[in-house]
Amino acid sequence: MTNHTLSVLVENVPGVLARVSGLFSRRGFNIESLAVGPTENPEVSRMTIVVAVEELPLEQVTKQLNKLVNVIKIVELDPEVSVQRELLLVKVRADATVRSQVLETVHLFRAKVVDVSPEALTIEATGTGDKIGALLRMLEPYGVRELVQSGMVAVGRGARSITATSSR
Amino acid sequence: MTSATSRSESNAGPTPQPASPSQLGARPKPGPPAGTPVRVTGAQSLVRSLEAVGAEVVFGIPGGTILPAYDPLLDSTKVRHVLVRHEQGAGHAATGYAQATGKVGVCMATSGPGATNLVTPLADANMDSVPLVAITGQQSRALIGTDAFQEADICGITLPITKHNFLVTDPAEIPRVVAEAFHLASTGRPGPVLVDIPKDVLQEMTSFSWPPEMRLPGYRPTLRPHGKQVREAARLISQSRRPVLYVGGGVVKARAAAQLRELAELSGIPVVTTLMARGVFPDSHSQHLGMPGMHGSVAAVAAMQRADLLIALGARFDDRVTGQLTTFAPDATVVHADIDPAEISKNRKADVPIVGDCAEIITELIAAVRESERSGPPDLAAWWTQVDSWRDTFPAGYEWPPDGALSPQYVIERIGELAGPDAIYTAGVGQHQMWAAQFIRYENPNTWINSGGLGTMGFAVPAAMGAQFGFPDRQVWAIDGDGCFQMTNQELATCAIEGAPIKVAVINNGNLGMVRQWQNLFYAERYSNTDLGTHKHRIPDFTLLAEALGCAGLRCETKDEVDDVIQRAMAINDRPVVIDFVVGKDAQVWPMVAAGTSNDEIMAARGIRPLFDDDEVSEVSQ
Repeated sequence: MTNHTLSVLVENVPGVLARVSGLFSRRGFNIESLAVGPTENPEVSRMTIVVAVEELPLEQVTKQLNKLVNVIKIVELDPEVSVQRELLLVKVRADATVRSQVLETVHLFRAKVVDVSPEALTIEATGTGDKIGALLRMLEPYGVRELVQSGMVAVGRGARSITATSSR
Repeated sequence: MTSATSRSESNAGPTPQPASPSQLGARPKPGPPAGTPVRVTGAQSLVRSLEAVGAEVVFGIPGGTILPAYDPLLDSTKVRHVLVRHEQGAGHAATGYAQATGKVGVCMATSGPGATNLVTPLADANMDSVPLVAITGQQSRALIGTDAFQEADICGITLPITKHNFLVTDPAEIPRVVAEAFHLASTGRPGPVLVDIPKDVLQEMTSFSWPPEMRLPGYRPTLRPHGKQVREAARLISQSRRPVLYVGGGVVKARAAAQLRELAELSGIPVVTTLMARGVFPDSHSQHLGMPGMHGSVAAVAAMQRADLLIALGARFDDRVTGQLTTFAPDATVVHADIDPAEISKNRKADVPIVGDCAEIITELIAAVRESERSGPPDLAAWWTQVDSWRDTFPAGYEWPPDGALSPQYVIERIGELAGPDAIYTAGVGQHQMWAAQFIRYENPNTWINSGGLGTMGFAVPAAMGAQFGFPDRQVWAIDGDGCFQMTNQELATCAIEGAPIKVAVINNGNLGMVRQWQNLFYAERYSNTDLGTHKHRIPDFTLLAEALGCAGLRCETKDEVDDVIQRAMAINDRPVVIDFVVGKDAQVWPMVAAGTSNDEIMAARGIRPLFDDDEVSEVSQ
């Protein structure tokens, strides 16, 4: 099974998340990652859904999603021609003896330190799933005390845009 | 979004003018011009919206939270409310009304248990694509989420079993939501829509004006088919040697019976009609092979299995039609026409997908076929020889029970014969349903109403009631089983009091017959919990029960009485009639494809498996 990224424009109304997520579970599909947020149009929200599925069932889930009255548009984003990002906040054990080593890793990954205490550093990083995974592998030996990760958001490259009003 | 909204509006058809207050109030005075907002309560706005959208009948039961809506309903001269005995009856009645008339059926219930009692009919309507609007009361806004008395999250509960649902949080939204609900229910692939309205929203003052502006930016059903796909389908038809028209309920919904007949006669292709499509193509037509599927005719099943081209119109390749999917119609190229793009290639990959309204698709297909047949129509003579040999060898039939008991198939056949093709027939679910699909000869669409997708026992009586309200002057027969009948017969009280003189034929074999048949065939004749005692103990006595519910109760136990009792029932029109047909318990539904097996394994009757000779087929294909 391969991961597919669906960018879904939905009406910004109560219950729409339940409708979309319920459809995935009901039809037997697993959501790998889900991110929801507002768009340039306050009446429209955008969901970025990553689903691990083969080509044919993906077509079926896309068609079923399209049937939801609150779903306005669905576009599959090809990773080759889109920018895909996740956000990571991770709290790493880092006392004075290892802090400089941790900071070096942070700089290598162009991540940021957003909080510091005598025993720990909190690091913010954005990037593709691969980059986030690589950073975590580097930080693990120091001791990850807590981590939180967002779903993936993605946008197509180039001047073309996905909006509620443009042609499908 | 603007363009989508205006398109939705233009699809809605003629918008009914709002009811002027002069028509509603006792004293006539000039009403405000159409479209001018008037001050009303949310409840009044709801009733006016129902009037404006053209709802004629509402089936329902009042209760705590929907009470405000019932007050203005009392004054409405346009909307008739039918007080049912159970909300499930309201839902199925609305479905029966919708399936008979083609209009949107409406049901109403209070919050909590009233709303949850609608769950089964909503799921039923969702599976069979029935245009239905359910209006439910809800606890006041401030109490939502507090586990208040009779609170249930009915929008959450019905999310997977409705086409869409609404929770109305502002009384000003009521006209728009009602208009959208009816539009969604009746356009595209029809389906049930639930509108949940908190009590305080019904009580609050608001303004009403009609028509409202609908806002459905994500709803754009495709009606016109793609011309290229239609031409490709016509090309395949012209090249096919063993084609079959596989016709489903979508053709009934699209009101395309006339177009279908024209296409069939133009192309000369054999037709099969699914359980949901019975009646859309006349059973008397020489090209009709009958019903396909698990209990379909041998000719219909065999023709599909051996077809080189399936033209599926408004059908969805349900497992009860295809049998084991991997061995279904192995040689067939598939043209699949449906209004719901998600149905296409869901179960069987379509070679030529056509998305659109079946009436438009078939009309365009007729033109395209006419065009491609200029070079001469395809020669289907060999195919017809083959199909006719299946038809002649394995006609629909049944055997009389050896113990001398009354044959259920005979009873149903006689009802169809005597009531005729203008009557409307409903059925519950089980053996009697299959026999009613097999042995009544349907000539017209919308005359056969049953629960196909969900298989809801207890469907027949309330659905017949709904159909009778849609057509007060037509004869409506509920073909029911003794198991089904005991689930919903309380609606006969509604029928008796509200004036729906339906005829109920209880095909009483004393058992849950279809389950018993499976126990007989697949569970070593171990009859676990299928004997209902309706024979053994005569509990209940259906004739006495009928009398108690305000109906005429008749009983028939022998072949000689059958015609007479049916005619007596047909002569009674001042109240509903229940006939207790005491039939043998061992009759079985044949032909049969056992669940999960290939359609090639069809048994014409117990122990009789038609041998499909592959040599014959290859001769045809040459």
